[in-house]
Amino acid sequence: MLKKLRQSLAAVSIIMVTLLFLDFTGTVHAWFGWMAKIQFLPALLALNLGVIVALVALTLLLGRVYCSVICPLGIMQDGFAWFGKKAKKNRYSYSPAKNILRYVMLVIMAIAIIAGIGSVVALLAPYSAYGRIVQSILAPVWAFFNNLLASWAEKEGSYSFYTIDIWLKSGITLGVAILTLVALGILAWRNGRTYCNTVCPVGTVLGLLSRFSLFRPVIDTSKCNGCGLCARNCKSACIDSKSHKIDYSRCVTCMDCLSKCNKGAISYAFSPKANMKAGNEAIAADTDSKNVDNGRRQFLTAGVAIATAAAATAQEKVVDGGLAVIEDKKIPHRKTRIVPPGAQSIRNLTTHCTACQLCVSVCPNGVLRPSSDVLTLMQPESSYERGYCRPECTKCSNVCPTGAILPISVADKSSIQIGHAVWVKENCVPVTDGVECGNCARHCPAGAILMVPSVAGDDSSPKIPVVNTERCIGCGACENLCPSRPFSAIYVEGHERHRVI
Amino acid sequence: MTDNKNIDRRTFLKRLGAGAAVSSLALAGCDSAKKSASGNSSESLITGGEMTYRTNPKTGEKVSIHGYGCMRWPTVKSNQSERGGEVIDQEAVNDLVDTALKHGVNYFDTSPAYCEGFSEHATGIALSRHPRDSYYIATKLSNFAPSTWSREASIEMYNNSLKELQTPYIDYMLLHAVGMGEDGMEAYENRYIKNGILDFLLKEREAGRIKNLGFSYHGDVKVFDYLLSKHDEYKWDFVQIQLNYLDWKHAKEVNSSNTPAEYLYGELEKRGIPAVIMEPLLGGRLANVPDHVVERLKQREPERSVASWAFRYAGTHLGVLTVLSGMTYKEHLEDNLLSFCPLKPLTEDEMQFLYETADLMMQYPTVPCNNCKYCMPCPYGIDIPANLLHYNKCINEGNVVASTQSENYKEARRAFLIGYDRSVPKLRQASHCIGCRQCVSHCPQEIDIPAELHKIDRYVDKLKQGKV
Repeated sequence: MLKKLRQSLAAVSIIMVTLLFLDFTGTVHAWFGWMAKIQFLPALLALNLGVIVALVALTLLLGRVYCSVICPLGIMQDGFAWFGKKAKKNRYSYSPAKNILRYVMLVIMAIAIIAGIGSVVALLAPYSAYGRIVQSILAPVWAFFNNLLASWAEKEGSYSFYTIDIWLKSGITLGVAILTLVALGILAWRNGRTYCNTVCPVGTVLGLLSRFSLFRPVIDTSKCNGCGLCARNCKSACIDSKSHKIDYSRCVTCMDCLSKCNKGAISYAFSPKANMKAGNEAIAADTDSKNVDNGRRQFLTAGVAIATAAAATAQEKVVDGGLAVIEDKKIPHRKTRIVPPGAQSIRNLTTHCTACQLCVSVCPNGVLRPSSDVLTLMQPESSYERGYCRPECTKCSNVCPTGAILPISVADKSSIQIGHAVWVKENCVPVTDGVECGNCARHCPAGAILMVPSVAGDDSSPKIPVVNTERCIGCGACENLCPSRPFSAIYVEGHERHRVI
Repeated sequence: MTDNKNIDRRTFLKRLGAGAAVSSLALAGCDSAKKSASGNSSESLITGGEMTYRTNPKTGEKVSIHGYGCMRWPTVKSNQSERGGEVIDQEAVNDLVDTALKHGVNYFDTSPAYCEGFSEHATGIALSRHPRDSYYIATKLSNFAPSTWSREASIEMYNNSLKELQTPYIDYMLLHAVGMGEDGMEAYENRYIKNGILDFLLKEREAGRIKNLGFSYHGDVKVFDYLLSKHDEYKWDFVQIQLNYLDWKHAKEVNSSNTPAEYLYGELEKRGIPAVIMEPLLGGRLANVPDHVVERLKQREPERSVASWAFRYAGTHLGVLTVLSGMTYKEHLEDNLLSFCPLKPLTEDEMQFLYETADLMMQYPTVPCNNCKYCMPCPYGIDIPANLLHYNKCINEGNVVASTQSENYKEARRAFLIGYDRSVPKLRQASHCIGCRQCVSHCPQEIDIPAELHKIDRYVDKLKQGKV
């Protein structure tokens, strides 16, 4: 009964979170946007006290249900484990807690958060790892099917579906996502919740709390015959059936053991003091620090290794006949990277972002993509070769659960300066081709670009753009719509700290 | 320029609500003329009657009132083409030509410039499979580019036409689109007078390698008047003009530099010069019309297509030698044959009805683009006709709204924006028009293309921001 309840809640929860990453129309966010905001690490980084208090209270009351029904990465692993158990029954066994590893990981995470080393935070955050998997692997498939529907709709003359661009936003992120998926898939298939009870910093923190939870599975020693069936079905490997003890710091309250026990010896009950000692003993019993899981370490380092190898080639539609060939734009070298309005500053973004890719997946203009820089690995950054940051869009700021990009209104956006445009004379078509242009000035939403004669005082000379940097907001309309290719004649330099103008 | 029906016809037919619309319409049309219910498709479609012919006053030859415009031959995808994957579908062309000839069409109008230069070649292949005396070929001296202004280059172009069309003579030879260019008169002088090409063509006519010599006209009316004033000297055998029920009176309102067809046709009639009609359907714009116009026309002739009105209108004028239609699809050809086999001239009352229809249509601010693609390729990659046609389509379908308060705002916005991305790839949309104006002098309809594109772009931007 409790197991069924857990499974149902988990299923609903993971579907909702997954849809958040897949839905590019904004419909799901309006209803279930909060699902991202109740994730532990994002809430912690956003200093969302209400959520943190609630999650702590939940854990103190019921144990690590968070890990079983809220955390999408946990639920995903349960999925793999379910198949693992189909393949081979009673496959688990009790193993002592690897506490040194757990605390080392927790300390690393804490240091990374405090020091603002975004790439480490991004790699360790569980919800973000799941987000990356969906955004990099599942979303393109989803988009592909959407595009099939769109082409069907087009034939039918219907506007219910529209085509969206599918492009590789970051090879590194895709690589990390694939590695995460494969590594976790294998681990979960074979050993259940290994990751959650060794690497995951959220699991460790909640484990510290769940040892004191009021409700918990307890073994009735008078009924138990020591058959060990519970232990062999515990994906957290936390039931020591020989000594009738359960390590509550690792138990994710999945309720599997309850139904597995033939004797009805295990029940989920209010027992504030039970097994407190046992839990402590279990923790103390194991200090096997050497036993670091190699698979996991490989996955962590390989993610960085692949960074150098990945080549990002975007998919673009091939041109038709009778039309001039259009060269793809290339990303200009920017001294300072651009982060979206609402981020407030590069520092604010790096210190809060867990690289869950939610903003990247909702950006409708092809602007946001995961960074490839080692320190800010997979955190979002803006570039304008596929589109620009349109004045009516504030989607990324509204979905961010961590406070890395704070909510802004359309009106706010028009006055937030995230960078400024820089003119590159050598590329500018009035200078190179001698034609009239002014496409940058025509599209500047801030009116920051003026067209002036290239020869001072000579009104008949070709007009060139000049940028009033005080008015420029760095949206990139000029850069994106500049006819010069592959490098635009006007591009945006990011600002470290955004200003309101 | 010959042309008229294009893909939009297809859209239009689809909107009428039936994939089979064409055949059922066609059959219905036949039935009204002659009860011929036969299962054998295209055979039976056009047995309603015989093609109407007009007589060339000089040669006495019988020219079919329906002429085939070879500017919009069907294409297929191909990977061995340097033209971005599209080549003319020769088999389909052969089939269209066979069907047309079989049903009495005997006038084929092409040009060295059409279909990116491949029209004459394809037309030549298709026609050479039939006896040379079963059809008349019209082609043009399309020396628009300054590099072809020299005598040698122009004569080479002429000789090449003979070669591509696989013929020792041309039945109808035209000076192509005189009046166009920034200065129409100057362009005419450069293309035909200074290099002595007009004299050369007159000599060719004397020698019998050109049976009829004429010109097609667009743009500056001064050139038209000038050439007619020289009629006694040059003896024009025919003149090709744009004529349809919208341009009869409204040409000037569409574009101030245009001349109403009423004047052009009148001048020709006065001198007894046969008129060849281009743009009877305005590049499909008279087939793809606003819903209430469809209703209006269909109420009178529920079984005939909207396009048939335009063709009958052009053919009703007795000084017209032939009405050109650039047909890409068999369905267009079949529907046209129904209109011309035989031509049922419009009554005075019906003419008046069409002029009133034209008045109604003028209230729709569509861009007068006929999708002739003369403006292409845009050096900056914009698909100019696709942008303009999408805008026109949305106007006709009522999807261009005046304000956010409009009743159908949400649907119209969605239809416009999603349809825009479908019809025009993002990088080829109006937002990328830099206003270099290189296209402007190429447009036979004298559209201020950059201004129209910028207007569309502003509208799109406002739609995206939800401000319109």
